[in-house]
Amino acid sequence: MSEKDIIRLQTPLAVEDIEPLRTGDVVRFSGVLYTARDAAHARMKEAIENGEPLPFDPEGQVVYFTGPTPARPGHVLGPAGPTTASRMDPYSPLLIERGLRGMIGKGLRSEEVIKSMREHGCVYFGAVEGTAALLAARVKEAELVAYEDLGTEAIRRLVVEDFPVVVVNDLYGGDLYREGKERWRRSVR
Amino acid sequence: MRDIEVGKITQVVRDLCIETNTRLGEDQLQALRRAREQEESPLGKEVFNRLLENAEVARRESVAFCQDTGYAVFFVEIGQDVRLAGGEIGEAIDEGVRRGYEKGYLRKSIVRSPVERTNTGDNTPAVVYYDLVPGDGLKITMLVKGAGCDNMSALKMLTPAEGVEAMKHFVVETVERAGPNASPPVTVGVGIGGPFEKAAQLAKKALTRRSGEPNPNPKLAELEREILEEINATGIGPAGYGGTQTALAVHIESFPTHIAAFPVAVNLDCHSHRTGSVEL
Repeated sequence: MSEKDIIRLQTPLAVEDIEPLRTGDVVRFSGVLYTARDAAHARMKEAIENGEPLPFDPEGQVVYFTGPTPARPGHVLGPAGPTTASRMDPYSPLLIERGLRGMIGKGLRSEEVIKSMREHGCVYFGAVEGTAALLAARVKEAELVAYEDLGTEAIRRLVVEDFPVVVVNDLYGGDLYREGKERWRRSVR
Repeated sequence: MRDIEVGKITQVVRDLCIETNTRLGEDQLQALRRAREQEESPLGKEVFNRLLENAEVARRESVAFCQDTGYAVFFVEIGQDVRLAGGEIGEAIDEGVRRGYEKGYLRKSIVRSPVERTNTGDNTPAVVYYDLVPGDGLKITMLVKGAGCDNMSALKMLTPAEGVEAMKHFVVETVERAGPNASPPVTVGVGIGGPFEKAAQLAKKALTRRSGEPNPNPKLAELEREILEEINATGIGPAGYGGTQTALAVHIESFPTHIAAFPVAVNLDCHSHRTGSVEL
């Protein structure tokens, strides 16, 4: 991957930042990411239903679906790769409607989430699961924001530098998983 | 009779937990390197580069190479001439897991029940399968089983008439349905035969075989090769971004079954395929 092909983005994001992105683009994030996975999403849904404020304002933000391992002394964060995004499908539209601009995870998203992303302006990025130690090395600060009792599932505010992702679902119906598979599929015999 | 102190078991289990989670096995590294050579997609090749680099960093820094440090699954073969002394083996294994996951800065991912989802806080209980074998040895094999890929596993009760073709189709279909969610390149454990639960257990055990080592039965070894080829033709590729290397290995384990039955279970493991073994 040559350096000139890499798109560098500073978070939080404006709609104009994500409009030029296309499926398959290689992106490096610098700035803030919020971690949240299953249990944190369930709590945020509850908060919304009860009319309570969310732990962070989703407007312009990027959520990273991950549950890190405990940090060794001297490390900012333990290894933290992406978890399967489809488990967050029932919750994601609630945040997307409130201005969320990006999600980082791995695996397929539902039609409903993809529709919501295109409608409100949000891009789904893939990080490579199984590169947890490399990804954690790009995290410069980590601060607990909410739901401490959830342990690894708590919401953390990360400050990252050159955090590597690939555009999976862009704003125009592109889908890296579908397109990649079609491109490389072949018949046996 | 030979006495084995269960305290010794706690110690080796603790070390296995740390070792297996922080050092990717040589067989798995070789499988990844070989697949990197064969991968035709540039983005796919890049994914392999990153996986191998990650394994190296994890080894150097003694950190987990995947944040999902999984269920701690153990296959224990106990010689029938062994007497376990000083305590209960199940507790000894759990204590080893408790110490290993704490000392190794590994994630605790187990909740008390699917209904009451409170974290047990120490990654116990371990999942342990015991086999009584002849002799006075004791062998403990660990499989660190991530949930993302486990979630994409499946079991089907085929009929004898549907046969081998349906079995092959079901395995490939399960990998296709899993797509990127199982974090390819996957290792595919297939269990055939026995009643319902036997097939599932064999599928899990098949994952503990050295990566790519064929089944000693030539017919089953041939099926492993054929299924691997079909899986790699799906185009799913590394990380699901498209490519020619979707699975590193297919391992089939078989057990006799009923005249009316052809059970098949498929247990998927992600690119962080983690096994380790110790003999006492």
